[in-house]
Amino acid sequence: MTDAVRADGLVKTFGRTRALDGLDLRVASGEVHGFLGPNGAGKSTTVRVLLGLMRADAGTAALLGGDPWRDATALHRRLAYVPGDVTLWPNLSGGEVIDLLGRLRGGLDDRRRADLLDRFELDPKKRGRAYSKGNRQKVALVAAFASDAELLILDEPTSGLDPLMEEAFQECVREERRAGRTVLLSSHLLSEVEALCDRVTIIRKGRTVETGTLTELRHLTRTSIRAELAGPPDGVPLPGAHDVRIEGDTISFEVETAQLDAALRQLTEIGVRSLTSRPPTLEELFLRHYEDDHGGRALQEGGVA
Amino acid sequence: MTATTLQPRTRAVRAEGGLAGTGTLLKMWLRRDRVMMPSWIYVLTALVASTVYSFKNGYDSPASLESFARGIDGNPSMRALYGPVLNDHTAAGVSAWRVGTTGAALTAVMCVLLVVRHTRAEEETGRLELVGAAAVGRRAPLAAALATAVTAAATAASLAAIVMLLFGLPAAGSVAFGLSWFGAGLVFAGVAAVTAQLAETSRLANGLAFAVLAAAYLVRGVADAGSAHWVSWLSPIGWAQRVRPHAGEHWAVLLLPLLAFAVLVAAAYLLAGRRDLGAGIIAPSPGPARAAASLRGPLALAWRLQRGSLLGWSVAFLVYGLAIGGVADGVGDLVNGSDAVLDDIRKMGGQQDLADAFLATAMGLMALFTSAYAVQSVLRMRAEESGGRLEPVLAAAVGRTRWAVAGLAVTVAGTVALLGASGLAVGLVHGARSHDLGGQLPRQLGAALVQLPAVWVVAAVTALIFGLLPRAASAGWGVLAACLLLGQVGPLLKLPQAVMDVSPFTHTPKLPGGGFDVLPVAALTAVAVAVAAVALLGFRRRDIG
Repeated sequence: MTDAVRADGLVKTFGRTRALDGLDLRVASGEVHGFLGPNGAGKSTTVRVLLGLMRADAGTAALLGGDPWRDATALHRRLAYVPGDVTLWPNLSGGEVIDLLGRLRGGLDDRRRADLLDRFELDPKKRGRAYSKGNRQKVALVAAFASDAELLILDEPTSGLDPLMEEAFQECVREERRAGRTVLLSSHLLSEVEALCDRVTIIRKGRTVETGTLTELRHLTRTSIRAELAGPPDGVPLPGAHDVRIEGDTISFEVETAQLDAALRQLTEIGVRSLTSRPPTLEELFLRHYEDDHGGRALQEGGVA
Repeated sequence: MTATTLQPRTRAVRAEGGLAGTGTLLKMWLRRDRVMMPSWIYVLTALVASTVYSFKNGYDSPASLESFARGIDGNPSMRALYGPVLNDHTAAGVSAWRVGTTGAALTAVMCVLLVVRHTRAEEETGRLELVGAAAVGRRAPLAAALATAVTAAATAASLAAIVMLLFGLPAAGSVAFGLSWFGAGLVFAGVAAVTAQLAETSRLANGLAFAVLAAAYLVRGVADAGSAHWVSWLSPIGWAQRVRPHAGEHWAVLLLPLLAFAVLVAAAYLLAGRRDLGAGIIAPSPGPARAAASLRGPLALAWRLQRGSLLGWSVAFLVYGLAIGGVADGVGDLVNGSDAVLDDIRKMGGQQDLADAFLATAMGLMALFTSAYAVQSVLRMRAEESGGRLEPVLAAAVGRTRWAVAGLAVTVAGTVALLGASGLAVGLVHGARSHDLGGQLPRQLGAALVQLPAVWVVAAVTALIFGLLPRAASAGWGVLAACLLLGQVGPLLKLPQAVMDVSPFTHTPKLPGGGFDVLPVAALTAVAVAVAAVALLGFRRRDIG
């Protein structure tokens, strides 16, 4: 398996801020790769370097076997890009933008274009300035998915989409994977990444902190549980639980996935009136990293090596 | 807890009649305008200072001043351009005539730009939504924008009056002069407040307001050139003259702009109440579902984005060319015997033949206007970049050089179109009136087109700043302003030639009438090409964003 994207030790500074600080990234051909990090971690900067829009101060990057800066135009024929903050030309209609971006790349599939407009429920006749944020993103997504690119670079493409459209988006990404294309999906939504990605790279402060398959990273995920019980939960043993909070009959805590079953068993012993569970967002995970930084301790036991 | 702390604040918002937060917004807007506003005020003040200086020192006797003014006043074309000379005895009167109308119009332009910038433009970008969600009254954004414009107009007017006082001109006239500008500013701040409600885009809002301003200037010009002088009362620019600064002030006329301002602001608030945030009264039409087959490259895109504005500019240039061509033939007959005028026009144009001298001056002015088009056209590239619309284009298979060359090509084509259109218009009308169509048409077209290389230099320097220091790209306007000041004020101040030579316009052959020399034209073109090449090189190497 060859690498569609390969970046080693990327450094990029803006004045005093070090946006990228030795970032490594490898995306294998044909995989959907999640690129995760909180806001300001350097995701968009990395994408811009990969697109040849910016030049890294140090480190090397290769895209589809070429140099992203030198061979930009030739490489761009083989990829499609959706920026995180889509702005459209106020006077051009959405349909015009889709056609224009497709033609600038070197072609687009008309049948697929029509199909995608339908699936994303997008009105192509509206002018750019009249679209909401979500609809602007749909315009860029239709343009990208209607192309026959080998590599899709999607920079937080779903931040303005409602859940129905998020579903349509995920379906499109799965189709791309089935068609053998490579997708680099930058996101800060862990659930989206979990649903779509084969492998994941997590960055923080311009550095790669984790990379691997989701199973390998499973130790990072904990589930938040909030339960209203039939009686007071005092003294219940909860293996693998963190941040336990008790208010009367209500208990909330976070539990490592491997211990979820055992913890739920303990709760049902008392009797469960209502239960909500939620996987933690990446931000929460990173917040914990930050708290640990400030507490002067090393990263969590069993966490990052 | 939270509810009780919030309550007094809500009450305060209601108590102020929807104007809560106006002060905060005003402070914010003044801060945002801390470069733009002083630049405008500086240009306006410099205009007054240089004019008063040149009339106080340029004419040694009241008689020479009077003969100059009489000559001008006898000429309908000059009256159309500047209005009638109401007092030809004093330098004060002639100065007020010379900058009164143009200054009032420029103050109006400034106010339009400021009001639209802080109302419709803010709405368009969605920033106003953010502001509106804060503890800001519904009427506050428009009030703050108007207050910003009024502040700017008041400052410019005060400084204009102070400059006149410093030169020792009569106090009453100086104050009236300042107020006449202020009045024009007020009216057009009001006009912009209304157009900002009508249009959904800031560009259209500006365009509508400028159309009103152009109409006002034209109505006044027609009235002053002909015999139906009362028509001038219909024009807010006419009111500025009729305050008669330094010519027996008519203070009551100042009530007109005040009244108009009140009516326009009331109308704006009425309209604002009838529309949603972000929408305009004039509803936009939907666009096509598919792009035309021709929209397929960066050149087609640049053309598509700029054709609308180029059309507007072309109409303005055509009208200007027709007007100039129409009056040029009359210039020679009317200033007979007035040496001072001859001398003054020679100073500007350097020619013997008066019609030619007049046209050469007009062509020089057209070159400056064309440069303004060129600067805004080049800056579209920066707007594309900072607006985030360049990124997806370059992320498609479009090379940077190809994209930038396409942008510059549209700029160059636009400058050729504008000067070509106005040159043709001048040649047609002037040729028809002087019964020499075959001779004048190519002659005036050539005189217009010979201005191009200097315009290209200004465009190329703007592109250079964009290529090397994108964040400072709007300094292109500063380059143009410097050229304008050098060209307009330099000869009057008798600046040394070496300083004058910095401006590319100094090197343009004075056509029609003057001698044509290939060397400066070729040299200017070469400089423009070289500077543009460096700009492209810089753009290729830098980060986008």
